[in-house]
Amino acid sequence: MQKTVTSPLPPRDEAYNFAYLDEATKRMVRRALLKAVAVPGYQVPFGSREMPLARGWGTGGIQVTAAVIGPDDTLKVIDQGADDTTNAVSIRRFFARVAGVATTEATADATIIQTRHRIPEAPLEAGQILVYQVPQPEPLRKLESSEAETRKMHAWGDYGPMYVRLYEDIARFGHVATTYSYPVLVNGRYVMSPSPIPKFDNPKMHMSAALQLFGAGREKRIYAIPPWTEVKSLDFEDHPFEVQKWDEPCALCDAADSYLDEVITDDLGGRMFVCSDTHYCEGRRDAGHRGRLLGTDAGRALTRNEE
Amino acid sequence: MSNAALTPHSSLLSTHSPAPLLTADRVTRLYGDRIGCVDVSFSLWPGEVLGVVGESGSGKSTLLRCLSGLDRPTSGSVAFADPAGLIPDIFALDEQRRRGLMRTAWGIVHQNPRDGLRMAVSAGGNIGERLMDRGDRHYGSIREAALEWLARVEIDPARIDDRPSQFSGGMQQRLQIARVLVSGPRLVYMDEPTGGLDVSVQARLLDLLRALVRDLGLAAVIVTHDLAVARLLTDRLMVMRNGRVVEEGLTDQVLDDPQHAYTQLLTASVLAA
Repeated sequence: MQKTVTSPLPPRDEAYNFAYLDEATKRMVRRALLKAVAVPGYQVPFGSREMPLARGWGTGGIQVTAAVIGPDDTLKVIDQGADDTTNAVSIRRFFARVAGVATTEATADATIIQTRHRIPEAPLEAGQILVYQVPQPEPLRKLESSEAETRKMHAWGDYGPMYVRLYEDIARFGHVATTYSYPVLVNGRYVMSPSPIPKFDNPKMHMSAALQLFGAGREKRIYAIPPWTEVKSLDFEDHPFEVQKWDEPCALCDAADSYLDEVITDDLGGRMFVCSDTHYCEGRRDAGHRGRLLGTDAGRALTRNEE
Repeated sequence: MSNAALTPHSSLLSTHSPAPLLTADRVTRLYGDRIGCVDVSFSLWPGEVLGVVGESGSGKSTLLRCLSGLDRPTSGSVAFADPAGLIPDIFALDEQRRRGLMRTAWGIVHQNPRDGLRMAVSAGGNIGERLMDRGDRHYGSIREAALEWLARVEIDPARIDDRPSQFSGGMQQRLQIARVLVSGPRLVYMDEPTGGLDVSVQARLLDLLRALVRDLGLAAVIVTHDLAVARLLTDRLMVMRNGRVVEEGLTDQVLDDPQHAYTQLLTASVLAA
């Protein structure tokens, strides 16, 4: 279905244990995952390992994926919504090599989706696992630098300072200006950082059919949202939570319901808005939806080898 | 120090409810071999203002930290009459409960406003924090409360969105007071509330404090080295030296007829109290 040109995936390298990590490590990560699922939104410490890429590039997500992946799984990796960025391609190749699993760009075909910065536009289904790469798991960190203190704040549900942050936004900008990493209350108990996804994606976490796992490799924390869990974005009664809106639809696929990236097309002020979820955009174009700039030079630059 | 000085004057007693709000029992705080404060016992009744005076290093601030729950005493206890029932020792409570009391039942006005304010958060956010801590989730009403309290502490409400760093020292101190009082505590601890302020600003702050304490029926413990402040604000006075209370009694009585040699020295060294 996809017209993507991807370099061929490497074959399974038998020199590595399945999914790179040794079995004892995978068990350790799974124990942390079980605890995380049992206490939704609670940050569980785990023994984060050195991975063959730099911390901050998704080592937490990779370790979680390695702990839950099996030979029959199909893996999709996205970075900023795109399947074809360096980080996404590298992680997909990594798992093809160390686990020999099938990979895909189609959201519906994937059993595990590792993501950075986005939740796919297509609704997730029961049985799917969404693995988030998390740079900073502690939503209170900017307000309180002490780990001992933030743990107490979580334990006691002491979330007043978080609302001070929202108050400050409204007082200064008239609305909550936080656009990504927008804090959520999970299962009515723990305030959690959704990782740097745009707040546009926050509502997708609420009552999701899929299991959502969060791994922070550098910070050594794992947390989770089990399927069908309440996830509420923090807000004030008289300033309810709102997501971003755009004045125009996607310039390639005409979608008006997806998260759009702004792309500068020239140095004369030209710009276009396109879906950040590349697979969603391609799917819509395949189905015959045509955006304003599809077929123009600007459009062709972003549609790979189509047309 | 006679025993009579330990109980409030009978004319004052008639205006107090019979049960003390706060009772310190032999509060002692040692820093290793050094003495913070030793065997400090007293009771504070609702609506009463107690002054603690003494020179630097006499243990005033240590005592205040112990009373207000910031610092655990080495020995002794601090009892507090919560509306929900008497708490025999605030340090026997778990930390969560004690912190809750520190935010609602009493408040602390620090000597340095930087210790009591969030300097990177606007005045409105500073005042609203305690309301949000206790679960208020309506922006409009939080803001309204902030505006009201700015006016009460004589800060121009138009400056609600300015940060404390843009305020003068006196305004910062008043903002700190508003931040503490917004949640309606029954007791306020103040550590040198007029420290570092020039004389005219001190006078305004003292007027404000006097009015607030009177209007709200607040009880207060005010630590100061300034006998003029003690004279203006307090009903009763404790004089501390080397961590111990050396004299205690009604403020006018202590200042006008000091019994202890140190208190005599202290009152004599004031230029014009």
